[in-house]
Amino acid sequence: MDFASAFYPLLGGAIIGIAVTVMLLFNGRVTGISGIVSSAISTRSADNKWRWAFLGGLLVGGFVIHKLHPELLSNLSNRNFTQIIVAGLLVGYGTVMGSGCTSGHGVCGISRFSVRSLIATITFMLFGVIAVTAVRYLTGGSL
Amino acid sequence: MKTTQQSLVAFIVGLLFAVGLAISGMTQPQKVISFLDPWNWNPSLLFVMIGAIGVHVISYPIVKRRPSPLLDTKWHVPTRKDVTARLLIGSMLFGLGWGLGGFCPGPGLTSFASGDARAILFVGAMLVGMLLFKKTEPYLKLKE
Repeated sequence: MDFASAFYPLLGGAIIGIAVTVMLLFNGRVTGISGIVSSAISTRSADNKWRWAFLGGLLVGGFVIHKLHPELLSNLSNRNFTQIIVAGLLVGYGTVMGSGCTSGHGVCGISRFSVRSLIATITFMLFGVIAVTAVRYLTGGSL
Repeated sequence: MKTTQQSLVAFIVGLLFAVGLAISGMTQPQKVISFLDPWNWNPSLLFVMIGAIGVHVISYPIVKRRPSPLLDTKWHVPTRKDVTARLLIGSMLFGLGWGLGGFCPGPGLTSFASGDARAILFVGAMLVGMLLFKKTEPYLKLKE
């Protein structure tokens, strides 16, 4: 591990920490991305304005990053289309069922010492390891 | 007026979040996959959690000292403490998908804007999965 491989994740993580703090301070909300997406697409709540605005920010941000530093959004993994579709279905289904993902449980929940979020985070990390191990085993070890 | 201001804040938070994810490496599925790979472990993404939680664990109690948020009359922070089968099974399924694809929801959406075919497929399938849960929820008979 060199300096950059710890520094940039730490910096990016701190920016995420600042982002969720701004959301809490102004709007009193948790920045849980799976919850924001699923509510935005499945409910007709008056609260959906800020949800769509957040998603707009995420997408505009992604577009600008792609223009300035496309390498930051490059997918060099070996995952094929079938794996990606199954992965998307599992992530969508699982995050709504489990009431959160990496942002809502992993960052916001753990920061306020929520036992539910800590257990959820340990669980999805453990099952992430199981999935990576299974793919590695089934595809003969390459990444 | 308040909702417009709230939306402006949410938009800026979305922008910041995308930048944070991209700088941290979370939008590169190969890094996520190797973070979850004990046989070829790349610990760099551990620092994303340390950075984000390190900031918010300090800011959360400071912000929550206020009686209410700046643009709302009350807090909307979850307060539940019960660990349910639904929480565990949902997190298991999410974890399997995370390791299989290398995307979680935020990075998937951020990369979607790059036009990458796999990111677009992932987001489409994720939205279907979310709606599918809402449809099947009444049949699962899981306590909520």
